[in-house]
Amino acid sequence: MIRARDLEKRYGRRRVLAGVDIAVPARGFAVVTGPNGSGKTTLLRVLAGLAAPTRGILEVDADRAQLGYVGHEPLVYRELTALENLDLYGRLYRVPERRERIGMLLERFGLWEARNGRVSTYSRGMTQRLALCRALLHEPELILLDEPYSALDEEGTDLLDRELEILAGARTLVVATHDPQRLARLTTARIALA
Amino acid sequence: MIYFADVAALTRKDLRVELRARDTLPAMLLFVLSTLVVFHFALPEGTGDDAAYGLLWVAIVFTALLGLARAWVPEQEHGVLDGLVLAPSDRSAIWLGKTLATLAFLVAAQVVALPAFVLFFAPLDATALAGVLLADIGICAVGSLMAAMAAASRSREVLLPLLVLPLAIPLIVGGVGAAISPEGGRYLLLLALYDGAFAVLSWASFEYVVTE
Repeated sequence: MIRARDLEKRYGRRRVLAGVDIAVPARGFAVVTGPNGSGKTTLLRVLAGLAAPTRGILEVDADRAQLGYVGHEPLVYRELTALENLDLYGRLYRVPERRERIGMLLERFGLWEARNGRVSTYSRGMTQRLALCRALLHEPELILLDEPYSALDEEGTDLLDRELEILAGARTLVVATHDPQRLARLTTARIALA
Repeated sequence: MIYFADVAALTRKDLRVELRARDTLPAMLLFVLSTLVVFHFALPEGTGDDAAYGLLWVAIVFTALLGLARAWVPEQEHGVLDGLVLAPSDRSAIWLGKTLATLAFLVAAQVVALPAFVLFFAPLDATALAGVLLADIGICAVGSLMAAMAAASRSREVLLPLLVLPLAIPLIVGGVGAAISPEGGRYLLLLALYDGAFAVLSWASFEYVVTE
């Protein structure tokens, strides 16, 4: 569950978020919309705990171990392979039966064949798929996705659609997107930023 | 135990990244060796060993700075630091892992540089070597924290020396003192106290450096 009232975030004098109210129930599916520069990324960073709000009240019923986050950057090491990256995160998140879980995710996101290749050799789409594997590795209760479809090809987009359908109703999701229509069927709450 | 398992995983990752990228250690080795060669020709003949020990510390400190300047580069690429900060492990483990990896690179550079120093300049006894090791620990502990602070800035190359050099002065005093003073043990004690105090400060404050 996420609840925020009159949330504000400033960087110096620049106000990036202002007067944002949010109420996303547990297992809800919220879509964050708004034009470029409206603060979608900042809002997700605040919800993830990567940035502290300047003002307002924020309650997020999930600790770091229960949070999965996909941002604009994939948050993986370029010089490590997909397997090595996921193994590192699996250790840090204390994922039980780590190797099996990593193998299953890589298979599901179509990266198994490329598992031993360094991320620096991946296309943007493959890197985005790996970012999604990383975010879902520890089976988080709260999943924050910032433009998760970016860089994905048709196959990747379909994969993510299927994944979100499975997760919707079982986990709490907040997805920032320029294409809310794509997720309309799953959406239970909308956060529109101006 | 879990904390140290996290530290080990993070250190191993840094060593693996360096083994693949070869960005830091070769640069440190080249720098420290070329600095010693330049000092060899720059020091007038007949200059005592004391001056040479001073120059050794110039080489060590700037080699460490070179390593520290690159320490957080892999985390800046692809925003990995956010990923590590979000993980449920203690955030100070990130600092400790980075400190140990940077220390490993600095010690590796010195494995080559110190014999070169002995060859070109003057002998190093056990007290001097202990001084070098203790100072390495101190500069890597403080430097990793300062490098994380500087990494967030656009002018990090300028900022890092400004942050680290004033804090490194006691280490230079202790290191040179351990090499040239008849009471070298007192300087080792100074270095050990510095290491302990600044390691605890860096360990405790890292979390505030990496969160907005």
